Amino acid sequence: MYEHDVLIIGGGLAGLRAAVEVTRAGVDVAVISKVHPVRSHSNAAQGGINAPLTDRGDDWQGHAYDTIKGSDFLADQDAVEIMSQEAGEAVLELERMGVIFSRGEDGKLGTRAFGGQKVARTFFVGAITGSAILHVLFEQSLKLGLNVYEEWFVTKLIMEDGVCRGVVALDIKTGEMHTIKAKAVIMAAGGAGRVFEPSTNALICTGDGLALAYRVGVPMMDMEMIQYHPTTLARTGILMSEAARGEGAHLLNAEGERFMQKYAPDYMELASRDVVSRAEQTEINEGRGFDGNVLLDLTHLGREFIEHRLGYLQEVSVEFLGIDMAEKPVPVQPGMHYIMGGIKTTVDGATNVPGLYAAGECANVSVHGANRLGANSLLDTVVFGRRSAVHALDYIKGVGPASRAEEDLAPEKARLQALLDRPPGERIATVRDDMARGITKGIGVNRDQASMEGALENLVNIKSRLPGVSVENKGKVFNTDLMFALELEFMVDCADTIVAGALARKESRGAHYRTDMTERDDENWLKHTLVYKDDAQEHGTRVETSPVTITQWEPVKRVY
Amino acid sequence: MQVNLKIKRFDPTDSGGKTWWQEYEVDVHTDSTVLDALIEVREQEDGTLAMRCACRASICGSCGMRVNGNAKLVCKTRVESLSPNGEQLTIEPMGNQHVVRDLVVSLDTFFDQINRVEPYLQPSFVPEQGEYTASNESMENLVTSMNCIMCGICVSDCTVLEVDSNFIGPAALAKAWRFTEDPRDGKRDERLKALNDEDGGIWDCTRCLKCVEVCPKGVAPMDRIMELREAAIEAGNTNTHGYHHSESFYNSVKKNGRLDETRLAIDSAGMFNIPRMLDLVPIGLAAMRKGKLPSPMPHKSEDHKKVRELYDSVEGESK
Repeated sequence: MYEHDVLIIGGGLAGLRAAVEVTRAGVDVAVISKVHPVRSHSNAAQGGINAPLTDRGDDWQGHAYDTIKGSDFLADQDAVEIMSQEAGEAVLELERMGVIFSRGEDGKLGTRAFGGQKVARTFFVGAITGSAILHVLFEQSLKLGLNVYEEWFVTKLIMEDGVCRGVVALDIKTGEMHTIKAKAVIMAAGGAGRVFEPSTNALICTGDGLALAYRVGVPMMDMEMIQYHPTTLARTGILMSEAARGEGAHLLNAEGERFMQKYAPDYMELASRDVVSRAEQTEINEGRGFDGNVLLDLTHLGREFIEHRLGYLQEVSVEFLGIDMAEKPVPVQPGMHYIMGGIKTTVDGATNVPGLYAAGECANVSVHGANRLGANSLLDTVVFGRRSAVHALDYIKGVGPASRAEEDLAPEKARLQALLDRPPGERIATVRDDMARGITKGIGVNRDQASMEGALENLVNIKSRLPGVSVENKGKVFNTDLMFALELEFMVDCADTIVAGALARKESRGAHYRTDMTERDDENWLKHTLVYKDDAQEHGTRVETSPVTITQWEPVKRVY
Repeated sequence: MQVNLKIKRFDPTDSGGKTWWQEYEVDVHTDSTVLDALIEVREQEDGTLAMRCACRASICGSCGMRVNGNAKLVCKTRVESLSPNGEQLTIEPMGNQHVVRDLVVSLDTFFDQINRVEPYLQPSFVPEQGEYTASNESMENLVTSMNCIMCGICVSDCTVLEVDSNFIGPAALAKAWRFTEDPRDGKRDERLKALNDEDGGIWDCTRCLKCVEVCPKGVAPMDRIMELREAAIEAGNTNTHGYHHSESFYNSVKKNGRLDETRLAIDSAGMFNIPRMLDLVPIGLAAMRKGKLPSPMPHKSEDHKKVRELYDSVEGESK
């Protein structure tokens, strides 16, 4: 049995930023993660991090409005205001910790342009911004002597009288189960991209954190808001950063036309992601694509520029496609990339369960609403990672030691043993792929009632097969097979909430584009969907709604 | 296309540890990576196979392993590049690290090494507001090292670590370079002195180039180590075998146009370093038995004057 004042689940940017804050306060903290922190998916963020720096003529209202417009007015404006106001200091602090941000002539931080914004306010390190920040936060964690439970997999949140009091976890390296008590738990476990296939997401993005919170009664907010990134590679879903278009790349159809002029004449390739992805899909559907793709053309930027500013993109293109971007355009297509939805939190990261906080992609504050702007996700992680920690530090002052935490261990051990003891049945990967393809088909760039009902029907079938899935590996040490079975259960929970949210929203807004209801309906749907776990309902979900917070920007028609 | 994989397996729980080879045949897409093939094995053939992988896009550093004897990130290694005609691929865990199970190695060795170089910025001052001012060139210079994803591949195939487990290792030294080169760091001299003086420091590298060859991210750790050596010498650290070795090399070639190996051994150790001199005796005797002991009286190469001119020309240019 282990015990900490604050336990953070996840070692990516949100988790490490929160951990730094708690450590600085001199409070006992540990991070628990199913992978080593530097393996976290924050690495995959390529293009940059947004911040309106007032000393270079930008202002936070500009960034806030671009974010809100990008969200198709579904973001809570109080949360966006906080993020935009704290952005500058958050980014400057990362620089002072050691991040090697690109500079301008004056030796101060330099920027590049990014989608959905007319002001260039994206700070970056080549096309490895996420990795460069993650590694610096990891350096800080080493400096501070942060305690990390590496390769430990959380299977359950411990609840005591409606309050979160810690976790039960599997030590992957030994196969032993343990209880870790905590006065506060911060969920920073990342997204759920693997619910889809293909996806840009790492294989570890299985929605564990969302499902863990969902199971203890936390509502999942706006789960239907799934971001399809405009430039991903076919089949594998590997990401080609928006930085390419930020630096001037064009999107071309089979007629060699920069088709974005038809859809977003003002912003062109740098319209918000949902708009660009839909435009691409229209071009492809109307026969102006190449085998399901459009072309991302950088050839006019020149080799030196590409290798200098977009080195990692060139590496990916050469390694995975055998295409030299300086010579030839790259075929790309919209691909599942990010979930705007997630664990409903306050602007301080608090959930409706005392003692449970959430930050980063698994959380929904909500600052991204129906569509996230590129380079706002990194910002979200550090701003709300820090804020969750600050609030948790305050909360734990009034919390005593947990008493019954240990009682959850034996039933969890029995649950996992029962999984291992199942007779040979279906393979985990087969059921997972069937689920993911069904969700992707039904909840795509475009969707309608029939496609979403198809996804639901498929999910019902998946759930009926779930008890027949078997774990082939019966061993203790590094039994990833057992972990994959548990991840599949987490993903099915996430899929439940995505389908329920999507079927509930009777309008088109941002990433939720219904071909059978193409208009945004502010009168009835300027609100969040909240999906609760409710076993009394037919599909195990109950959908409620809550109002969107509007401070100073009344919703208007979104034009790029 | 069909891929035949021969995988080294290890089960630590089977009577104290059992190692065996297992072969698999899987069908994959023509542009598949070795990782795709391994995932196919794990998901469709054998769920007991343990390995790490996450991003599939060469940025998380999880999937380092040896393919046909060389450590690689299997997510950025295409099957076709190694097996154009269906040749069998041999997959083993990385070297120089403790194997946990199958293709999974312990990360402890790697991160212990990283920790030895105080791997975090230690500035002499913190700006009260805003950022540090630094040139873009100085930051871009550091990208080389920040490209490191801590996959452990250089450590796996480091030929020094095979025989000298105390060596800080290529990855950690490349990380150290990231701070000695960072204009914002305030501990440059202290860092260089420590890396110079420490047992297992910058002078333990034998310049075999293996880490440069296998690094999947172009970090070229050995080049970073050589730059650390130069920087350490420039900062006045001239008290090491390594420094004396390179100085003797320099002087010997300059004087004779060729290497005086006897002199090199003596200079490197230091003439009055009696224990080290005694260490050299058996080596000398063994060399003598095999007829390989260099002459104690150096002879000059025929063209030694030309070599001298080269020295003058190069040194003249650098002035």
